[in-house]
Amino acid sequence: METSRDDFVIAIRSAFLNKGTQQRFSLLGLIIFSILFLILGGINFKPINYLKIAIKEIVYRSTFIVSTPENFIKEGYLKVQIHLNLYNINKKNELEVANLRAKDLLNEFLVLENKRLKKIVDDYLIDSESTFAKVLSDKNSPFFKSIIVNKGSKHGINLGSIVIDNEYLVGKIVEVNFTSSRVLLLSDLNSKIPVILEPIGLLSILSGTGEDYGIIQYNKNESIVESDVIVYTSGIGDLFRAGIPVGKITINNSENEDQKIEFFSDFEQLKFVKILSFKKEEN
Amino acid sequence: MSKLNKQNITKKILTQIPIILLFISVLNNFDFNYLNLKYFSFNFSYILIFYFSLKKSFSLVYSFIFIAGLFNDAVNGTPIGMSSLIFLLLCGVAAYLKVITLRTSLIKDWISFVLTILMINSLSFVILNLFFNYEVSYINQMVNVVFTSLLYFIFSFLFNFIEGNFNVR
Repeated sequence: METSRDDFVIAIRSAFLNKGTQQRFSLLGLIIFSILFLILGGINFKPINYLKIAIKEIVYRSTFIVSTPENFIKEGYLKVQIHLNLYNINKKNELEVANLRAKDLLNEFLVLENKRLKKIVDDYLIDSESTFAKVLSDKNSPFFKSIIVNKGSKHGINLGSIVIDNEYLVGKIVEVNFTSSRVLLLSDLNSKIPVILEPIGLLSILSGTGEDYGIIQYNKNESIVESDVIVYTSGIGDLFRAGIPVGKITINNSENEDQKIEFFSDFEQLKFVKILSFKKEEN
Repeated sequence: MSKLNKQNITKKILTQIPIILLFISVLNNFDFNYLNLKYFSFNFSYILIFYFSLKKSFSLVYSFIFIAGLFNDAVNGTPIGMSSLIFLLLCGVAAYLKVITLRTSLIKDWISFVLTILMINSLSFVILNLFFNYEVSYINQMVNVVFTSLLYFIFSFLFNFIEGNFNVR
């Protein structure tokens, strides 16, 4: 019994304390160092924060370079797919354009009227700053859905700024470095944004799922959500401007408490995004 | 003489391949996520670290693994130090197994690998969830563990094959 315990101690000591050939540090030393990093990072210890920023600056640029061959293959695959579907897409688009032209005239009038009314009730947010950014890395790991863009505090990006692709909401800035930032995508499990479901006008919270769709949470009356519902930002909390299109509800399952939302923007194919921050218009 | 020098250089480069692969895999998140398969994800870094720590510990320098962990955290957005801790624990278990095992077999290695990744994934889940308030999906974690453990066989055959053909010693 005594011997086996001794063997165990010797084996552990040999594995964790002994420095093998070519090893400059013992395993235990580095493990303690990692734990220190975690703890000090957790309590926002300033030198660790600076080190974090430096590491991120280096890593984000390196990721972009290292991912080039993979991105090249990915883009080639997507291009071939688009070419194969070109005829059908064009036919569908022609029909859609004809419909949209008719709707556009009506929309223009409604937008102007809405702006006028919102100014009266002092709830009109204007775009204070907008910056275009290139997506450096879009590695959607199964655990965290985020992208890295090439604009940071140097370019006036702030925490909480919103990120859009065309006119569709993509996510918000959750980490700002000197020349790069991280965008938490709407599909991430940790993403929660206030939304409104139109045309029924129901206020709710859109939550990410870690998959390529979102769900509506805290919706008591789920039976009224039907398949043609469009989801917009509600503007509650003044974080987002109201009325930014987010997605549409595709599946209506009355037994399921959560409603699946298909995002308008394809997060897998983001190349450039627009970063916006809003403020209330001064009268 | 020059032939001998050339051989030495080639040998040096070949022994550095695991660490180069590790850095590429953490910077590129080498996991075929772009295929968009709903229930498919695996962690190549775990396989690489465990295999080489067990078979060729001189190929992976611990300090490089520590740095690779920091890079992995920066890419994934996890708290800095998290992946380093996980990677080093994986190395520790592999080093311990190496010390206590006289005759290795793939099945024994695989069982140890599965138990180890279950342990370290649970640890990372607990740290992320309890101390850093990250929400992590149980299903994705389990899928990742299952595929990582299954792919250990394929990659260990592949590494053995490469080692046999290129005589990396």
